Amino acid sequence: MARSNKPIVWGPFAAGGTLTAFLSPALILLTLLAALGHAPDLFAYDRLHALAGHWLARLALAGVVFLSLWSAAHRLRITCYDLGVRADTLVASVVYVVALAGTGGAVLYLARI
Amino acid sequence: MAEQVGRRPHVRPITSEWIFRHPRYLRYMVREFSCLFIGAWTLMLVCALGRLSEGPEAWGRFLEGLKSPWVVAFHVLALAFAAYHSFTWFQLTPKALPVQVGEKFLPDDVIAGAHFGAWAVLSLAILFFAGAF
Repeated sequence: MARSNKPIVWGPFAAGGTLTAFLSPALILLTLLAALGHAPDLFAYDRLHALAGHWLARLALAGVVFLSLWSAAHRLRITCYDLGVRADTLVASVVYVVALAGTGGAVLYLARI
Repeated sequence: MAEQVGRRPHVRPITSEWIFRHPRYLRYMVREFSCLFIGAWTLMLVCALGRLSEGPEAWGRFLEGLKSPWVVAFHVLALAFAAYHSFTWFQLTPKALPVQVGEKFLPDDVIAGAHFGAWAVLSLAILFFAGAF
């Protein structure tokens, strides 16, 4: 059987799609409220800092960032192809690198909290 | 030599105008464009974690920075795209996760409905936990 790296790319995409479907509208609404000047109580520095200091919350945040960025990256790659951009290797490299760099940044920041 | 004339291979033109050929294609593309907003919002989340790690002042500056009309406009668009993505994703769940009970399959509405219900409960739980109301 021919080997394929598709499941490795596609697995996190499907997981991220499901996770963002469940979480992103509510999370975006939270930052929208903050942008409108009605920041939710959780956005107080002490509360959020304490929450992000817990290992479980750190793990969850890193997981959300990775899966969300990866699924967005994969979808952007497919969309570029759909729109007629045939430089797939280049597009794939750029979007996946951005997703991994963003995840790396999140892990680094979380470790400093 | 005549063969060369008749053997001009057809080169399929690569275009993006197909999107507008049918409303269904356009809806598909709108769904796919949600990735730009969800991706950008997630990168903003990474920045937020960075400011949070730098201390209360940096965090306060981040919250102040959110209060620009551009950021509000981005959030309104992002919320609409994210909600549309969630809606279409859960609508597809009966196709992706058919549940067989005995000889029959659970009706599509039950599977999609369970996902919509879970989405609503989870969203309310997040808003409540964050103290949004």
